Amino acid sequence: MSDQTLTSNPVDPVRARESALLRPREGGARSGRRWLLPVVLTIVSLIWLFPLLLALVNSFRDYAYTAKNGYISWGGFTLDNYKNAWEQGDFGLHFWNSAIITVPAVLLTLFLSACVAFVVARFSWKINIALLGFFMAANLLPPQALLIPVYRMFRSIEVPFWFSESGTLLNSFQGLILVNVAFQTGFCAFVLSNYMKALPKELYESAVIDGAGITRQFFQITLPLCRPALAALAVLQTTWVYNEFFWATVLLQQGDKFPVTSSLNNLRGQFFTDNNLVAAGSMIIAIPTLVIFFLLQRHFVAGLTLGATKG
Amino acid sequence: MATTRKYKGIDQLSGRDKIVVGLMVVVPTLIVLWLVWLPAIGSVLLSFTNWDGIGPLSGIKTVGLKNYQDIATIYPPFWPAIQHNLIWLGVMFFIATPLGMLFAVLIDRGAAGTRFYQTSIYLPVVLSLALIGFVWQLIYSRDQGLLNAITGGSTDWYGDPSVNLWAALLAASWRHAGYIMLLYLAGLKGVDPSLREAAKVDGASERTTFFRVVLPVMRPINIIVLVVTFIESLRAFDLVWVINKGRNGLELISTLVTQNVVGEASRIGFGSALATIMLLISSVLVFVYLRIAMKED
Repeated sequence: MSDQTLTSNPVDPVRARESALLRPREGGARSGRRWLLPVVLTIVSLIWLFPLLLALVNSFRDYAYTAKNGYISWGGFTLDNYKNAWEQGDFGLHFWNSAIITVPAVLLTLFLSACVAFVVARFSWKINIALLGFFMAANLLPPQALLIPVYRMFRSIEVPFWFSESGTLLNSFQGLILVNVAFQTGFCAFVLSNYMKALPKELYESAVIDGAGITRQFFQITLPLCRPALAALAVLQTTWVYNEFFWATVLLQQGDKFPVTSSLNNLRGQFFTDNNLVAAGSMIIAIPTLVIFFLLQRHFVAGLTLGATKG
Repeated sequence: MATTRKYKGIDQLSGRDKIVVGLMVVVPTLIVLWLVWLPAIGSVLLSFTNWDGIGPLSGIKTVGLKNYQDIATIYPPFWPAIQHNLIWLGVMFFIATPLGMLFAVLIDRGAAGTRFYQTSIYLPVVLSLALIGFVWQLIYSRDQGLLNAITGGSTDWYGDPSVNLWAALLAASWRHAGYIMLLYLAGLKGVDPSLREAAKVDGASERTTFFRVVLPVMRPINIIVLVVTFIESLRAFDLVWVINKGRNGLELISTLVTQNVVGEASRIGFGSALATIMLLISSVLVFVYLRIAMKED
């Protein structure tokens, strides 16, 4: 099969969704006060952007200046906050931690959920709905309610030191990665199984007649055809795992193991907080998600809405 | 020797295929069973015992409902936490979610600049709630915060127990409304345009069309949005944890569970009873969600 037929076969849901969201509705506003709607929406948008803009602007301002003149002032611009935040927050280390947690967690989640989705979509077994429900329900439970057993279990499971220097699954990246995978698989399996169900069965028929086993069908037919859905989910999951706060905070107890999201507290002094420094730290932390947001926005939106609505 | 294999349909599996399919299901199932379902059962079972978390598991005694009795009677933060969770739910349900839906409906009416409106309103959704807690500190801080600078007051918006829940809720609603807007807008775009046309031809006003035609068609997404609101309110944690670890006016059930496990005093029985209450509430929500999400099958 040529690459062309592989990508063009089902309609690219990512593109379709983006254009659908941006398309004006036919026969939209028809009341007399047409100017009112854009004005209202512009005001709402500016209010919504305001907290972030405030943080952005003040992350570039000197603490002494804003402490004296307040935030309703203009001036005192500097880049020092970023330099200090980077050093005090030890962001080099924490970004590295985030990367070695997020990348394996997302890849493993996508692979395992693709496996489950494939079986659910490819075969019409009675157990399929129950299987999917088993994974999806896991995704929706409050993580705090599972904390005690997971925490105790991880603390008592001993692993060799070459596997994790803490000697147990608690305080290890591997344990945290597995927990993230367990929680996110349900959502991805649901989205992917809906996507895979839309693939024509004839593809598998001809593959079976050609003597291709399940492994080949999965890797050479299903996965390539699911590329748009996988890309959307990869973007969404990267953002979610990067933003994950609870498990990282409770399962990794040493500050130097924290990923970026859990390490913001380093910027907060015991008795004194330089808010402009915190703003700069917040912006540094937000940069990866904002980059993803602006570059891959349509994937992000598609991933989110694919899960909630069908088709 | 050429053995001609007969084609018996696509569900026909060779021995090797059966193993592969088995692994594809069993490996993810085991991970989720181990890290989600067994802990869920574990929380429920532990809530009926007196385990202190230190002694061996063999020394456990069942104590019936004593833990539940205790949290309701001699555990001061319990009732405030329940109350805060209910307030949280109320604000999300009556304010943030309807606001997000309203934004979606307005944006759906198709004004120019729709990309700008959409992007601005759901920008907070890509940020973690932990980060949002810090971003809003510039507004809420007592000495330099914008809010006090404008009003001339000296309220510690994150610290004062009479206001900090509302401060946190404003920040949480900011993000939640964007999330709901996005989900709802996708639903609105999926409504068959011919329905609206028909209503228009019949002379229905725009308001009537929305409430009598569009809203009923959107029933599944309405329920999904409501369940998401309930689940998010129950799971609320990150924001209050970064503010003050869920103390002093910001107690939530989720933070109480966490304090009972990682805090100085680990009270496994209390924590598990609280966890079980959370699981009970969420199981109802999960059930509703799954019924809607899987209806097509």
